[in-house]
Amino acid sequence: MTLSCPVPRVETERVLLGHGSGGQLMAELLTEVITPELGLTGPLEDAALIGLDQVFSTDSYVVTPRFFPGGDIGSLAVHGTVNDLAMRGARPIALSLAYIIEEGLPISELREITHSAAAAARAVGVPIVTGDTKVVGRGAADGLYITTTGVGVRLRDAWPSAVSAMRGDLVLVSGPIGQHGISILSAREGLGFEAEVFSDSRPLHELVAAMIAAGGADVHALRDPTRGGLAGSLNEIAAASEVCVEIVEADVPVPAPVAAACDLLGLDPLHVANEGCLVAFVAPASVDAVVAAMRALPEGAGTTIIGEVTHGVPGRVLAHTLVGSSRVVDVLVGEQLPRIC
Amino acid sequence: MKYLQEYRDPVLARRLLAELRATATTPWTIMEVCGGQTHTIVRQGIDELLLAGIRMIHGPGCPVCVTPLETIDKALAIAARPDVIFTSYGDMLRVPGTSGDLLSLKARGADVRVVYTPLDAVRIAQENPGREVVFLAVGFETTAPANAMTVLHAASTGVTNFSVLVSHVLVPPAITALMDEPDTQVQAFLAAGHVCAVMGWTEYEPIAEKYGVPVVVTGFEPLDLLEGILMAVRQLEQGRAEVENQYARAVRRSGNTAARDAMRRVFQVTDRTWRGIGPIKASGLALSPEFARYDAETRFAVGDLVTRESPDCIAGDILRGTRVPTDCAAYGRTCTPRTPLGAPMVSSEGTCAAFFNAGRTLEHR
Repeated sequence: MTLSCPVPRVETERVLLGHGSGGQLMAELLTEVITPELGLTGPLEDAALIGLDQVFSTDSYVVTPRFFPGGDIGSLAVHGTVNDLAMRGARPIALSLAYIIEEGLPISELREITHSAAAAARAVGVPIVTGDTKVVGRGAADGLYITTTGVGVRLRDAWPSAVSAMRGDLVLVSGPIGQHGISILSAREGLGFEAEVFSDSRPLHELVAAMIAAGGADVHALRDPTRGGLAGSLNEIAAASEVCVEIVEADVPVPAPVAAACDLLGLDPLHVANEGCLVAFVAPASVDAVVAAMRALPEGAGTTIIGEVTHGVPGRVLAHTLVGSSRVVDVLVGEQLPRIC
Repeated sequence: MKYLQEYRDPVLARRLLAELRATATTPWTIMEVCGGQTHTIVRQGIDELLLAGIRMIHGPGCPVCVTPLETIDKALAIAARPDVIFTSYGDMLRVPGTSGDLLSLKARGADVRVVYTPLDAVRIAQENPGREVVFLAVGFETTAPANAMTVLHAASTGVTNFSVLVSHVLVPPAITALMDEPDTQVQAFLAAGHVCAVMGWTEYEPIAEKYGVPVVVTGFEPLDLLEGILMAVRQLEQGRAEVENQYARAVRRSGNTAARDAMRRVFQVTDRTWRGIGPIKASGLALSPEFARYDAETRFAVGDLVTRESPDCIAGDILRGTRVPTDCAAYGRTCTPRTPLGAPMVSSEGTCAAFFNAGRTLEHR
């Protein structure tokens, strides 16, 4: 019996789709190709603090399909950037909206998406003050890509940062996880699950404002777990803050339809994207006040304590499993690939 | 979907563990055959809770892991053709072949698409009449019926620009080969519930009898596995070697006759090489002559492509269950899910990836 395995050639020359998935590949691309050229050091945050009070963030949206249960690319582009600002404790004050449009996109669709983005911005109370429109030839883009950039003002006593989680902090999530990713997957692949799953896309700036009002500087770290999911956000904070994060798997709120879809496809809900919930690291003294403030708002009604920061190995995220054992929660390499069976 | 929370109840889990510890009087070695079971065991840390000297060996039941390098190379050769749309289940895309993987090929311009059912591949063929659509048909008796039904569907709808690259494998011959190994340590098997949902368990009765090993048909949820292990230990303690069914909510003794009929019509049993293990007689499925026109190997003339595997990792020992990933010098160092040296590091069902993703390090040795 011969025992053998081949040595694969690791792809280093071309960008793979997985480089954009928020996992290890993306981290490599950032740390090896992009940030050294820019001379950037330090942790990568959702938004940058400029001076003491200005917060700045940008994000591009390439979601397919453009319309999905619970939202569309227009409202998502507003919510996403508003939320990135909010994760640094900022109130958004202005947004830009830039389009890259593929030749052939129905004007009616562009109008509908713009209407949706405008409505989302009005609901947040932030004006869209500038923008850009480019059209590229058929095949050079997939329908419509949107980039939004946001400027915000840091709230008083708000210093949340990925580097600031501390031993003893409790870890909160503001609501059920996995809904956005499963909603997109279901709409894109026409999977037709028994119960339709709706994206959780929504703005979180008011939730953050309420948290800061209740907990101030005791709100140590905030992240909205988009690509890479909750596992990605927890690992980023554990690494940047050099702490060990331990969560209780049974306490992580996974809606039944999301759990069922993940089970069918062989996906892990901890790795599925969200667009309307956040994970927070809060000092124990303020946890009760922060949780109460969060639960008083609809977007924080499902707030749950899922774990804490412990004395364990710095940079590691552990999950206590249902049967009473534990395992490491890692980040994905690239895209989460559905399992065969 | 029902049957999720019911089989993940922490209180019942603790009760089963206590019963297991009370039942086992000596150490036992049990192999779970299926990669899905390995995934649950390692993800939940079940094997670390067993104590009482019960050792779980993770068997060869990951379809991604055992698909031979040659099949991957054939897939790469076919997918590189400009006239081809190559379709596959997601986790086959990162399996390393000799010259790369399907994801890298895709980044270089090949039309490689993930599908969730092989029927989608037929639909893509219908939507692209000017192109050839190929589906990579791998896996055990679990995926074979759907692939058989797909070939029948293509035949009945007259779709001709569709073909399958087949590398199906069968569980009972692999178990038999493992038991024939002189150094085998396996004393009982947890048979794969989903395989038995299709095939039933009559094939396992002669194996249990001939080798004196208990076989427990087991499901995939944490409580399924704990109960399956408990049933196997009870048999071992009582000196019995029978086939028992833990997964009664899904498996009947005769299996799924319609699924088996479709398989029998479309496929025929053939010798198959298992990656990391080697050739096993009558251990695979190939298209039967009636459906040979759907064979991608002949359609794209890659049948002669022969690949030699180089001996660089201990995947074979791991698939046979004689060693665990943390015994491997490359594990977690040169071999990670980002840079897999062997297939068990690729799929989350693969033993090495399951260990790695659960954060098991060499300190577990």
